[in-house]
Amino acid sequence: MTDITPTAQNPTPNGPVAAAILSCGLGCFFLGVLAVAADGSKALAAALNFSNPSGPLSGVTTVAIALWLLCWAILAARWRNKSVAFGKITGAAFTLLALSLLLTFPPFGDLFLGR
Amino acid sequence: MEITLRELISAIHGMLFGGFFLMALFGAIVLLLSTHSDSPTPTPRWQTFYLIAMVVLGWAAVLSGAYIIYPWYRALAPAGADLALYPKALLTAHPTTAGWHSFGMEWKEHVAWIAPMAATMVAFVLLKQRAAWNAHRQVRATVLGFAAAAFLAAAIAGGWGAMINKKAPVQGGQTYQLMGSAK
Repeated sequence: MTDITPTAQNPTPNGPVAAAILSCGLGCFFLGVLAVAADGSKALAAALNFSNPSGPLSGVTTVAIALWLLCWAILAARWRNKSVAFGKITGAAFTLLALSLLLTFPPFGDLFLGR
Repeated sequence: MEITLRELISAIHGMLFGGFFLMALFGAIVLLLSTHSDSPTPTPRWQTFYLIAMVVLGWAAVLSGAYIIYPWYRALAPAGADLALYPKALLTAHPTTAGWHSFGMEWKEHVAWIAPMAATMVAFVLLKQRAAWNAHRQVRATVLGFAAAAFLAAAIAGGWGAMINKKAPVQGGQTYQLMGSAK
């Protein structure tokens, strides 16, 4: 991703906002991928069964949230006081968000798993 | 007039946390639409309280749903048990109602989590990055898009939750008397 130094015309860096938006898209996408993967693999579902009463949902959501926060922390550290190519970040974030909404839709997940 | 513990907790999850979260998200969208490049910095105190409350409600809704209500919903029914106390088993026992679980609950239990994640990001930008919000039109449009997605996800989850709970209510546990019995 292209880093751009803040200029006099645009002194406010967009890096921290870009980090929050992209990591949010990534977190939602991880959630969708893990939900489908756990549905398709008994081994993964068992591994994600962090809490017996809640089943694999507990692991799917915990791992997705952990990855979201980790991505956010890493990106925020890298893009602090910087401006980045926001159009590309937005495009990537919205694509990931749309994919996450699709992946959590059961017929799409089933289609993906060949059911 | 009585209510069981599980019915009470389900009502708190859906009507208090979920319902107010959905309303708060709609309010946040209105706020985003009416907040332009000249929005005040620092963020007004009432907006700080409002946005934090919205995020807390969102996380309270998904966490109470996943770790309190969902275990009651998906509990395995012992042989010969009254299925009315086991909503998932009740729904999947009949082909005509199985879809409420295999489609509705499967969708709801995952899509719901998108809402508080996106709402947290929206609140963060409005509370901590107000200068960037004011400076970049693209930031405002993107955050609004994520807020709309959060509202959609919360509405899907809330809608299915309400319908599934009508079809196979979560019930059981201690009974509380709310008012004196009708004579």
